[in-house]
Amino acid sequence: MIDVHNITKRYGHHTAIDRVTFSVAKGEVLAFLGPNGAGKTTTMRILTCFMPATEGTARVAGFDCTDHPLEVKRQIGYLPETPPVYQELTVTEYLTFVGQLRGMAGPTLTSALDQSIGRLELGAVRHRLIGNLSRGYRQRVGLAQALLHDPPVLILDEPTVGLDPKQIIEIRELIKSLAGSHSVILSTHILPEATAVCQRVVIINKGRIVAEDTPEQLSARLRQSEKVSLTLKSRPADCESKLQAIPGVLQVLPGQGGGTFLIECELGRDLRDELARVAVMNQWGLLELRTVSMTLEDVFLQLTRHEDHSTEATEATVSMSSPENQDR
Amino acid sequence: MTPVQAIIAKELRVYFVSPIVYVVGAVFLLIFGLLSYLYVGFAGAQAIQLMQMQGGPAQINLNDLVFRNLFASMRIVLVIILPILTMRLFAEERKLRTFEFLLTSPLRVTDIVVGKFVSVFVIYLGLVGLTTLVPTVLMLFSDFDWNPIWTGYLGMVLLGALFLSVGLFASAVTENQIVAAFVSFGMLLTIWLIAGLGSLFGDTTAGHVISYVSYMEHYERLVRGLIDTSDLVYFGSGLVLMLFLTHRVVESTSWK
Repeated sequence: MIDVHNITKRYGHHTAIDRVTFSVAKGEVLAFLGPNGAGKTTTMRILTCFMPATEGTARVAGFDCTDHPLEVKRQIGYLPETPPVYQELTVTEYLTFVGQLRGMAGPTLTSALDQSIGRLELGAVRHRLIGNLSRGYRQRVGLAQALLHDPPVLILDEPTVGLDPKQIIEIRELIKSLAGSHSVILSTHILPEATAVCQRVVIINKGRIVAEDTPEQLSARLRQSEKVSLTLKSRPADCESKLQAIPGVLQVLPGQGGGTFLIECELGRDLRDELARVAVMNQWGLLELRTVSMTLEDVFLQLTRHEDHSTEATEATVSMSSPENQDR
Repeated sequence: MTPVQAIIAKELRVYFVSPIVYVVGAVFLLIFGLLSYLYVGFAGAQAIQLMQMQGGPAQINLNDLVFRNLFASMRIVLVIILPILTMRLFAEERKLRTFEFLLTSPLRVTDIVVGKFVSVFVIYLGLVGLTTLVPTVLMLFSDFDWNPIWTGYLGMVLLGALFLSVGLFASAVTENQIVAAFVSFGMLLTIWLIAGLGSLFGDTTAGHVISYVSYMEHYERLVRGLIDTSDLVYFGSGLVLMLFLTHRVVESTSWK
């Protein structure tokens, strides 16, 4: 549905995005993850034909963004970073205007209007001026605008910014419900959002894609050891050395709180029963024992730090994202 | 409803919800009314003087004494007031980030530019329409020729259209409304002063060419009651040029 091939965008001497390539299948939800200024918005602006790429090609629903911008724009529902609302219009007036710009009229427009107002629970404010609405409502009006014409492709730039926790969950549910029938790209720097909503994550840093995979695969790939968190009642003097002595334990790190340790074990070995046995035998007072899985946050930090610190790291991560190196 | 019509309807709605139209309209009509009152007052004083000198009822020409002066004075009023009306058109869209929304909607840039121009022009026509109250009331008390008044109004409409297109262009180049108003004010005043530059060259080809660029002589001819094709061509081509430049500016935002 979306095909981006080697696009580069330069502003003078500054390269905002550098040879970015990715694609989104029909019905897929893809998260664009990256720190501020990584190039997420620039990529989205190229896809929505707001600006052309300096190099490379971008295609949406088979139409080239440079050659057929009007066709591309018809296929896309776009929510920019700031909700594009007119403060002097009421919610209904605004959405009617949006529909008219897209050539909708009569009963089609009315039903689309009612549907998107219903979907985003804007019924209570539909006759109020947008200028008098809170940030959260404006964001939802912006989303209603993007969904109004039921486009096959949705591009959402940080869709949950400014919403309260309950609304965030609702919007995430809404985006999940769109998967299957719509192709969605959403950008975010909130990592749990990507895990919660998306099938695939593209991590972008300083204009380059540093990794692309499912959230689970990403954390699995970058894991170099198994981690186990162990909590004891107290902190006996000899426990660290005794734990270290267990075969397969690589490192024992003190965790947060008095009796907590983070134990790194060799990859592929589950040492939990062995650890439990040693703790019980020594009467340390075992309170908790659990494996620690790598969160997307760790993946993200690891990847983006990598990028910042060394140039070789780039090559390492790039090769990491190619399929033949998956066992690394 | 076509996209252009949708844009016109939305712009008109925004104009009437915000105070701009009411404030600008009130000031415009107040000044027009005040100027009319003054010129009628001067004409009355002259009539009395003439009566005293001639000793009988005097014939005064309202076309010359009132309307020509009135239309001539409206130039400066339009230079000052119209930039206020146009300053928000694009600058506000940029500031509120709705500009990106417009450019990512399936619209042609021409639709946006034409829609915005037509909306502000409609408002201007409404204001000019209201001023016809002055000659209508004067008609009840005196006799005058309507033809130069119609050409004067045609001049005011054409001059206004040109000023609005300059204002639209100025609004497209910045996201600051004050800057937009000031840029169009500066441009209009500069084009005005070009007329002075032309007269410095006198009756030479250069002088004629330079004077032609300024709207002064074209507007004056219409106010005097002359409809000349070259003046209509001037206003028409000026308008098209400014709309074209606005189109380029709006389009070029996406190149940067």
